Amino acid sequence: MGRKLLLEHINVPGINTLEVYRQKGGYAAMEKALKTLTPDEVVEEVKKSGLRGRGGAGFPTGMKWSFLAKPEGVPRYLVCNADESEPGTFKDRYLMTHIPHLLIEGMIIASFALGAKTSYIYVRGEMMPQIRILERAIAEAKNAGFLGKNILGTGYDLELYVQPGGGAYICGEETALIESLEGKRGNPRIKPPFPAIAGLYGCPTVVNNVESIAATVPIIRDGGDEYAKIGIGRSTGTKLISAGGNLVKPGVYEIELGVPVEEFIYSDEYCGGIANGKRLKAVVAGGSSVPILPANLILKTIEGNARVMSYEGLSEGGFVSGTMMGSGGFIAFDEDQCIVRNTWNFTRFYHHESCGQCSPCREGTGWMEKVLHRLEMGHGKMSDMDLLVDVSKKIEGNTICPLGDAAAWPVASAIRHFRDEFEWHVTNGAEAVSHNYGLAHYADPLPKPEAAV
Amino acid sequence: MLKVEDTQTPVEFSAALLEQFADFVSRYPEGKQKSALLPMLHAVQAEHGWLSAKAMDKVAEYLNIESIEVYEVATFYTMYFLRPQGKYVLEVCRTGPCCLVGAEKIMDHIEQTLGVKEGEVTADGLFSWRGVECLAACGFGPVLQIGPEYTFYEKLTPESVDRLVSDLKAKANN
Repeated sequence: MGRKLLLEHINVPGINTLEVYRQKGGYAAMEKALKTLTPDEVVEEVKKSGLRGRGGAGFPTGMKWSFLAKPEGVPRYLVCNADESEPGTFKDRYLMTHIPHLLIEGMIIASFALGAKTSYIYVRGEMMPQIRILERAIAEAKNAGFLGKNILGTGYDLELYVQPGGGAYICGEETALIESLEGKRGNPRIKPPFPAIAGLYGCPTVVNNVESIAATVPIIRDGGDEYAKIGIGRSTGTKLISAGGNLVKPGVYEIELGVPVEEFIYSDEYCGGIANGKRLKAVVAGGSSVPILPANLILKTIEGNARVMSYEGLSEGGFVSGTMMGSGGFIAFDEDQCIVRNTWNFTRFYHHESCGQCSPCREGTGWMEKVLHRLEMGHGKMSDMDLLVDVSKKIEGNTICPLGDAAAWPVASAIRHFRDEFEWHVTNGAEAVSHNYGLAHYADPLPKPEAAV
Repeated sequence: MLKVEDTQTPVEFSAALLEQFADFVSRYPEGKQKSALLPMLHAVQAEHGWLSAKAMDKVAEYLNIESIEVYEVATFYTMYFLRPQGKYVLEVCRTGPCCLVGAEKIMDHIEQTLGVKEGEVTADGLFSWRGVECLAACGFGPVLQIGPEYTFYEKLTPESVDRLVSDLKAKANN
């Protein structure tokens, strides 16, 4: 069994209450930070832990914290990104629902480290039940003297508020989130300036994912060095994986980074295999934005080695034969699923969610959706695949925020790996409407690449 | 589709709503009260069912901002209804992961059961439905949510949808 740092007590009855959370050692890390460490020492521990942002980008959290500008007399803000909207990802909702005090404890630690006196948790509006849960937990923490003025007699003051979003994927992008928190449309800002210099209300701001903030609790409790011992290489610690799609046991799993993908999918400790006795066709390993891989490439790298769940393991092979860890939204497709239909579905999503600021994304996502729809409906042309790749290349890298890339990658990768399925939709248009291409060769072992001459 | 409706009917906000407004505004620094806009619009919608132009004008007045600043926000975010809806709005996730486990069949079933197309309101005023994008519940799909509490209904089957609809009908008639 892998070690659990975040979900260790998730099944303890009443763990959502302050009382039980404290019985299980909760708020000890917060007390340790506020009473025995300086803010800079807390940042140092997080740096030592090697923790990388759990929202998708994977940027080292401690380094992000150390970039925060600290001009005299200007407030600094910590904003927790709980906008969880990446299709395939539902770990933050799970964590906030079941163990809200872990996030609140992390928010106090992180706010203290950054010198923030007011912090916000920006939760997507659809998660009203989670907003109520967090507000109740905040009230409990405040009653216990963990929030408000002079926390635990240390002289540190912190107010923590929950802010609802309004239903917009783009607000998961940190500058769009800040705009939204200021009561505006979620249009991402041009960077620089980065939020660390000019974020919320023009003040230095750090935006961190729920899981990143929660991970600071075990990091401070056990020390950054201890945390860094878990995992593999530069992928330290544990990661919450949201497992969905056609699995026997979909759900949220905490893994030690480095678990083989095959073990994650098939072992009883995790997903228990593919549902209904079907075979695996493909996986989107890190949320809808990351490249989709056929079964053979997700289980093994092109070199024939077992692929592991880590930042480096999933990206091994680059975009030619690898993918990304992303947000850890792991979506499994069984042999009956249609890759063309799913690509169309994802593209419709990105078209719907494009904020419309940048023409390549606003127009390109719409065109890709239309072309994919006609392919799915059996009216496509052989030239459509090259057209889609062309459009996706013109979006990628040409927009203010990464939504453009996120829309381009699923399309480009689906055509890269499943081109014959797309072609079949053209050559067998009528058939493609009534049934699917099936597993074809997508789970077949790949020949070992020839050694370079 | 995104035009604001009902620019005429006057709107009154309840004392409870105004109390919520004051609580929201207190969460931000002096002069940054516009930050309260999104929570305020949710609260107005929870009380009134949707956001009329007059209601948004009143929110603008409260925050001391221009009406257009409210309209542009209300039209940007998908959760705000700019026209009257059914008492219960069934919002079904239509994004990839839920479709892998049958969301499209659930939407077809809802359309048949309620007898109205996406976005329309049933004759008795009780229901409307629409497909929405990923609700971050992919491991428990297919899912739908119903505001203003945004209660989730997970692992939907045609039978569980039928039960939900009849429960809601019974609730509304009591």
